[in-house]
Amino acid sequence: MRFRRPGAVAAGTDTADPGRGLELRGVGHRYGDRVVLEGIDVTLTEPRVGVIGANGSGKSTFARLLNGLVVPDQGQVLVDGLDTRTQVRAVRRRVGFVFQDPDAQIVHPTVAEDVGYGLENQGVPADERAARVAEVLARHGLAGHADHPAHLLSGGQKQLLAIAGVLVMRPARIVFDEPTTLLDLVNARRVGDLIAGLEQQVVVVTHQLDLLHDFDRVLVVDGGRVVEDAGPGPAVAAYRTLMADR
Amino acid sequence: MKTRDLAYIALFAAIIAVLGTLPAINVGPVPITAQTLGVMLAGSVLGARRGFLAVLLFLVLVAVGLPLLASGAGGLAPFAGASAGYLYSWPVAAAVIGWLTERTWGRYNVVVGTLVNVVGGIIVIYAVGVPVLKAVAGLSWHTALWSGAAVFVPGDLVKAFVAAAIADVVRRSYPVIERPRRAVGAR
Amino acid sequence: MTLALYVPRASAVHRLPAGLKLLCLAVLAVALFALPTITAAGAALAGVLAVGLLVARLPVAVLARQARAVRWWLLALLVVHALTTDLLTGAHVALRLLTLVLAAAVVTATTRVSEMVAVVETVCAPLRLVGVRPARVGLAITLALRFIPVLTERADRIRAAQAARGGSPRGVRALRTTIAPLLVQVLQMAHDVSEALDARGADVEPPRAAWRRS
Repeated sequence: MRFRRPGAVAAGTDTADPGRGLELRGVGHRYGDRVVLEGIDVTLTEPRVGVIGANGSGKSTFARLLNGLVVPDQGQVLVDGLDTRTQVRAVRRRVGFVFQDPDAQIVHPTVAEDVGYGLENQGVPADERAARVAEVLARHGLAGHADHPAHLLSGGQKQLLAIAGVLVMRPARIVFDEPTTLLDLVNARRVGDLIAGLEQQVVVVTHQLDLLHDFDRVLVVDGGRVVEDAGPGPAVAAYRTLMADR
Repeated sequence: MKTRDLAYIALFAAIIAVLGTLPAINVGPVPITAQTLGVMLAGSVLGARRGFLAVLLFLVLVAVGLPLLASGAGGLAPFAGASAGYLYSWPVAAAVIGWLTERTWGRYNVVVGTLVNVVGGIIVIYAVGVPVLKAVAGLSWHTALWSGAAVFVPGDLVKAFVAAAIADVVRRSYPVIERPRRAVGAR
Repeated sequence: MTLALYVPRASAVHRLPAGLKLLCLAVLAVALFALPTITAAGAALAGVLAVGLLVARLPVAVLARQARAVRWWLLALLVVHALTTDLLTGAHVALRLLTLVLAAAVVTATTRVSEMVAVVETVCAPLRLVGVRPARVGLAITLALRFIPVLTERADRIRAAQAARGGSPRGVRALRTTIAPLLVQVLQMAHDVSEALDARGADVEPPRAAWRRS
């Protein structure tokens, strides 16, 4: 009989050290024969971290490492000291993840049900769940839509809904994988402002370089390696040079 | 089971449902509906276990009241009717197709796939469907075989080929069945 | 496409628990085979019609649609039995089949899909012993319902894109140029959806919910 799957057990020993941030130690990863990341050694503690790179540079995989969606073939990823390989449940509680396409994130029939989904997985009781969902919807201007069919929202509203579904879980850190790529200018700015106002640590993977102008640190990923690691000014300049040489 | 497998299963249940809404295609004298095409695809793209579960999930959706069968029928009624045996045979068909596809994965092509689909998608379906038809409707073997199988076989052959052709393209561009457990190593 | 046979009414039949209605249906099926007389089948049919049309106040059309779906079977039963055994047996077998079909139609027309899903989750509860989590079954149903409109929309989009380039492929070519690419697209989508679900904790067992329905 198996009521619990192996791997879920270790999560009970939650010994997070919030000061340690996101640590990647000697990380490498490949899909089949293709190396997507290698030799990554960084520690991210800054409140605002950007990641840029060409299509196929490995930056999406980089993002997915940070909350255990991808477990590296080599090396170790630690979130506040928790290993994404063995303590995935505790890691997922600490690190939220927002995807590029909100359609892939919205799976439940109505707005409120969808936002509540993550809390359900955390075992939050129904009444507390309802209160937290209502609070998050109100904060992001979706209060009037609680019982609307989620798939009928506009593109911008859908991305706000997807972000609300992550914020309601109150993660300590949030990873955004190209959160504005599919949005028009107005909605992209709205999402950008929302990200800027978050109290959590934020890691944003993006092609929209202006999103990063007041970030603390920007990594440039190319060919599976971190080739530049600096403030937004120098990093973006290095990225432009790199792309101009292609 | 991984969430990814769950999503694939749900996807193919949905595919079988959507195929039920397509108008019947006239190939030869018998109109064919596309739903058993979905059953064959579930087996040949997802493999035995997930293919079986996808078709089972589809039947659960029908049973809970969604009008997803090609005739527009839904609910529990179809599971009590004379043609219920065909429905019950679908998950088995997907499992057999999936099992054979996994075994032939290393040398899968349209010809192999068509053969696999004929075995799992035609022989298995009628092996279950016709006896149930005979029992529920109280028909003779001769009548049951003629009215419940023979007239549909030409359309089914087309579907077996079509499903194999699609599965072969998917196999090369987005393989879902992972490394064969024995098929290649045995040679 | 309309996805439900549910006909909303404020009736006692609608208010009955879904599980009880399904149980009644199963009992009726067993009873009709245990009591093989045409009188029993006729009485059961009258009872089903009374419950469906008078108590639940369902439109005749809802039941007629289900009856129409099996009309050729019913006719075939009558004819075949008239030729091989006798007309009375044929009438009995056909009547029994019609009764079961209509009883099932009454249950599904008076029960919401979400209630049925809850019953499915409850029925699946014993499967915990072999490692099946009922909540996962519920999630699979939710996902399938989510994918149905998405698939229709994607298929339309691919057809439009091809029409825009002047193509309207038919036959076997359509498979390679339409159905196979669509399948690859939606497989990728399903993968994305599963990642997003995992990111919100779908792949980890909830701490306490194992023995408690939320």
